[in-house]
Amino acid sequence: MAQRVAIIGFGQTRHRSRRDDVNGVELIQEAVRAALEDADLTLDQIDAMIIGNMDHFEGVNYVDTWSVDGTGAYMKPLLKLTTGGTTGTTLGIAGYHFVASGLFDTVLVVGWEKNSESDTTGAIITCSDPIFDRFSFSGALPGLAVEASAYMKAYGITQEDAARVTVRDRRHGANNPYAHLRTPVTVEEVMNSPMLSWPVKLLDICPRTDGAAAVIFAGERKARRLAPQPAWVIATSVRHDYAYFHDIDYTRMHTIEGAAKELYQYVGIKEPLKELDVIELYQPYSFAGLKWIEALGLCPPGESPRLLWDGVTDMGGELPINPSGGVICTNCIGATGLLRIGEAALQVMGRAEGRQVPNVNLALATGFGGAFWSDMMLLGRRPW
Amino acid sequence: MKKTELLFLKEDVDIPYNWAAGRYGSLFLTRLRDEGKFIGNRCPSCGKVYLPPRVVCGPCFTPPEEIVELGDTGTLVSYSVVNYPFIDPETGSRRPIPYTLGYIRLDGCDTYLSHFVDETDPAKLTPGLRVKAVFRPREERTGRLQDVLHFKIVD
Amino acid sequence: MTNVAIVGAAQTPYRRRRDDASLAELVHEVTVAALADAGLEMGDIDNIVTVSNDFWDGRTISSMAVMDASGSSYAGGKNVSTVEGDGTFGLFYGAMRILSGVYRTTLVVAHSKGSEGDPMMITNSMFDYIYTRPLGLEFISSCALQARRYMDKYGLTEADFALVSVKNRRNALRNPYAQLAGELTVEEVLASPVLADPLKRHDLSPISDGAAAVILADSPVALRLGRKPVWLKGGAFCSEDHFLGDRDLAEAPALREASRRAFEMAGVTDPFREIDVVELYDACSYMELLWLEEMGFCPRGEGGTLIRSGETAPEGSLPVNPSGGVLSAHAVLVAGLARVIEVVLQLRGEAGPRQLGPKPVELGLAHGINGPCGQSHCVLVLGA
Repeated sequence: MAQRVAIIGFGQTRHRSRRDDVNGVELIQEAVRAALEDADLTLDQIDAMIIGNMDHFEGVNYVDTWSVDGTGAYMKPLLKLTTGGTTGTTLGIAGYHFVASGLFDTVLVVGWEKNSESDTTGAIITCSDPIFDRFSFSGALPGLAVEASAYMKAYGITQEDAARVTVRDRRHGANNPYAHLRTPVTVEEVMNSPMLSWPVKLLDICPRTDGAAAVIFAGERKARRLAPQPAWVIATSVRHDYAYFHDIDYTRMHTIEGAAKELYQYVGIKEPLKELDVIELYQPYSFAGLKWIEALGLCPPGESPRLLWDGVTDMGGELPINPSGGVICTNCIGATGLLRIGEAALQVMGRAEGRQVPNVNLALATGFGGAFWSDMMLLGRRPW
Repeated sequence: MKKTELLFLKEDVDIPYNWAAGRYGSLFLTRLRDEGKFIGNRCPSCGKVYLPPRVVCGPCFTPPEEIVELGDTGTLVSYSVVNYPFIDPETGSRRPIPYTLGYIRLDGCDTYLSHFVDETDPAKLTPGLRVKAVFRPREERTGRLQDVLHFKIVD
Repeated sequence: MTNVAIVGAAQTPYRRRRDDASLAELVHEVTVAALADAGLEMGDIDNIVTVSNDFWDGRTISSMAVMDASGSSYAGGKNVSTVEGDGTFGLFYGAMRILSGVYRTTLVVAHSKGSEGDPMMITNSMFDYIYTRPLGLEFISSCALQARRYMDKYGLTEADFALVSVKNRRNALRNPYAQLAGELTVEEVLASPVLADPLKRHDLSPISDGAAAVILADSPVALRLGRKPVWLKGGAFCSEDHFLGDRDLAEAPALREASRRAFEMAGVTDPFREIDVVELYDACSYMELLWLEEMGFCPRGEGGTLIRSGETAPEGSLPVNPSGGVLSAHAVLVAGLARVIEVVLQLRGEAGPRQLGPKPVELGLAHGINGPCGQSHCVLVLGA
């Protein structure tokens, strides 16, 4: 490695269901300014920029070149990445490689989405294979519902168990001034919310959000100079496998298992529940907050409801998950994964304010997207 | 800046596309159209049978060259009754709801086919149900997956 | 920057339409061929960068179509990322993933089918939806503005541009991968139908289908393989303003900057004397001259003099686009990798009937662009 890498700044917009007061370029600029301010840097101190979103949500092709006035990438190296829901984590991982390569010392990464500008489900449907999947596919939800129903049947999981996940994240979201949804809900309210795609109800799923996030990565010397406590990037891992939705084995979450195994082996983590201090999980719906933490190895398959009901993953619990309120409270898709990384970085830096978990040494951020793909980034208080 | 009226620019873009089904996709769709038959292909390395047939078995990175004929019956592996409105990019208008999206494992196949199931009452649906493809009449088939109208429950 | 090498390369022939191959089939074709070229197997590849564009593919998360075909799910899954932009940018990111010390062998694979969508609407979508898209600006009309401005500012003529088409289509006669090849005369180019004044049919690149793959490796891996490695000696990319009205279209400051950095990294001080072959992104005839000026191969405004001198013909002292260039085959996104592959073949001495010589080819330049009128440029310096 040419140099070690740390996150030294994070900025995000105030997330709302509609941000009619700004266009996409202006929304992007809001996040960029916030990140620069957070790191106490000026634009001319940024060596390169990376941007990503999902093109069809706003209908803009070559978003990198279109948004230069917003990112401030004029006369800078500029790269566009996109991998669907995992876009935000894909961006963060690229920020890490840019700096680790030694070619760049300070890199600003932006993820954004204005979901209000198109029919989100219509746009998501176009991610399915046009010949074999698209005519029957109906967006992200039924795929998740199919996963949830298979999981419930296999382990006797109830809809109330899943509701407890929503309750946790909505309660956490109330601590996050940037979150889109900031009001707590009860298990009863989740259970009584409209059924959208059985067994998934309105309050089980993430909202559609307009928002942007920006994260600044820096090389070791600069990070030590600029940040009292940088969030060091320890390792990343990615699994993007299937090409068709109907190839997916819904009984397991293979991509989380694979990515987590790679990460844990690299760092030597044997008991993630004990060794990790906080997780920002890209959890687009409540059932994922059960099955996917089993895939992360926090407990054996089918036993996650106990962790939830016992408060293990709540603030104050052994391993808090989603102190920010997570995706259940805010989902501006191209930014969502980067919000996980930025929020995990705040936890390591000890700057998460009302949503701070005490004494975070290791924080895990994950991304989800595509055909049940997973990304991960592990951040720590000390460089690896 | 002073408060100003916030405007929107509305545009219904419809960019036409002409996707090539390719060699394996064309083979699958012509057999579907002409013979009312499903085919898959088998990976010589892991033995997995894929539908739709494809150029490579991802996990083995081996071309699954053996073509396998599959039945028109199968098992409903999982499903969801879709109950929310959205714009269908296939038609540009709202897809009628409710409808049931099913993941069906055709007999002799290892991957699933996603298609519609002709039953929208959750009480009558359960994983493991036997289902059978209902084809459009031969003269109406055009070489698309919609040449199959839906699957019906045969249990 | 001498520790990343190109150790394998492959491309499909570029054709107007490839009905015989889906996107996955195209990608599989070149992935297998590039592995064979490198003498490697899929198990030797430790990470993948795919290159695609959601608008050109007509699909959100366009990379999903090619995940299996590129090997991302091989043996439990590999780390993968997706660049949305020209293949040269994808290659540069792939190189950074090795320079970071995280990976040792990167497969970079790009695909595009211009035949499947509507190029006018797709390129119209890269313009701002408030100010410029409603004008109907798209690839051809925006390039026409640039060509006109370039002529007006420096006194170049349509005949100068025609000489580029004549040279490159003639070069393509010796390249079996090219789509358009032939003996044109300046008169024929000038007499071809005007599409957007001053651009005529023969000033423009064709619509193409195709794919290309390049395998990168760190130096220990590259030196272990039997084949002569081609080293990435220098590389840089840079973007300028988006709005055409903010730019002087007769200049390309982003290309000037990217070239300066790439040459500096490669230790090139006199590009005209030191570079043996240039493969650049001539999506329109005039671009070859404008890009050569901004790369520093001749003074600004002297592109016409350069082409008339014959120095950029295969037998001249600075052969430019001996492959026939983008004017002879333009699979968008893939085209930058096609430039890289031609330089690789020339450096290896494997360019067949179009091999340059007799002086050995030791240093080459490959170039790619993103955005309207070459808003963002990537310059790669490759050496034997």
